[in-house]
Amino acid sequence: MYDADKIGAGIIVFLILVSLPIWYNGVLGAPTAPQPKIATEEKHCIEDVETIRGEHMVILDEWRNKVVRHGEKVYTSKTYGENYEMSIEKTCKKCHPDRKEFCDECHDYAGVKPYCWDCHNYE
Amino acid sequence: MNINRRKFLKITGVATAALAIKSASDLLNDSDFIGALHAEEAEGIKEGVKWGMLIDLRKCDECKKCVEACRSAHNIPEFNNLKDQVDWIWLIDFEKAFPEQFHKFMREDLENKKVPILCNHCDDAPCVKVCPTKATWKREDGIVMMDYHRCIGCRYCMAACPYGSRSFNWRNPRPYIREINEDFPTRMKGVVEKCNFCAERLREGKQPACVEACDRGAMIFGDLNDENSEIRKKLKEEYAIVRKPAMGTHPNIYYII
Repeated sequence: MYDADKIGAGIIVFLILVSLPIWYNGVLGAPTAPQPKIATEEKHCIEDVETIRGEHMVILDEWRNKVVRHGEKVYTSKTYGENYEMSIEKTCKKCHPDRKEFCDECHDYAGVKPYCWDCHNYE
Repeated sequence: MNINRRKFLKITGVATAALAIKSASDLLNDSDFIGALHAEEAEGIKEGVKWGMLIDLRKCDECKKCVEACRSAHNIPEFNNLKDQVDWIWLIDFEKAFPEQFHKFMREDLENKKVPILCNHCDDAPCVKVCPTKATWKREDGIVMMDYHRCIGCRYCMAACPYGSRSFNWRNPRPYIREINEDFPTRMKGVVEKCNFCAERLREGKQPACVEACDRGAMIFGDLNDENSEIRKKLKEEYAIVRKPAMGTHPNIYYII
């Protein structure tokens, strides 16, 4: 076989690269799960935690259409039946005043870059 | 069973029709569906109302309090540069605001008069017609609204508006806002913006910021559909004009000169 050593080395490099996702965390340490900071006395968010984690972007999208396009203001929680004003500034920010410690914590971890903050004031 | 082509078609036809009726009636009986349909009509926008404004230029002393109030309420940037400038309400020469009214021998006070101008919230708004994304549209209460989420910055609306009421964000406006009002969003680079008739304040039952700021009572805001509203009463008494009526846009901002 010609160039057996080169081919062998090539195969080894290839295998290392291909298996990278499997051993990467073991060698370099797994990233720690995000710990968004919640600074509030309130007992719960506008919906239960699972819904918020999975659906907050859907809820916010719904809010923006209701507020901007239909002039509505009040959101009734499906979990708790309580009323909230549909506003990032007036509702979300009350309990989560710091965007970097709350929103960005998970967004950075998940690699998503929402552009809400280009206009909405939330530092 | 003996079945011929004709009979087969009859049976399948009747069955399909029955299914269609069934699913349609299910849909109509579904309260969520009906609820969603009605929600589209919007609880937050007052029914039967048409907002308008009357500006009495005899009372206006060009103090610019309306401009300042709007600026701080809506996070409007100041660039000190005409090309980038963003305005929702501002003052221009009478001649420029009412070119059709101007002539050589104007009444003295009007000749050098500055006139507060803003979006006219036209009945037949050309900006609404040309917007390809429906980022700007006419609300039932007459407000020509902007949805900055949808604006793609094509500036068709700016070309269509005969009043120059719209401004484009050539640059990120944030660093040029004197003091950010945390309760109202800013805009971003690449969107068009304009007066929203203070929709956010109307929702809370307040008057627009400019009207509230005018301590000379030169601005009256109200429902043009209500014959007994202050604005309609005043319009019955006084001779009022609108800007560039020949454009056929039917503005809702009236001026007493």
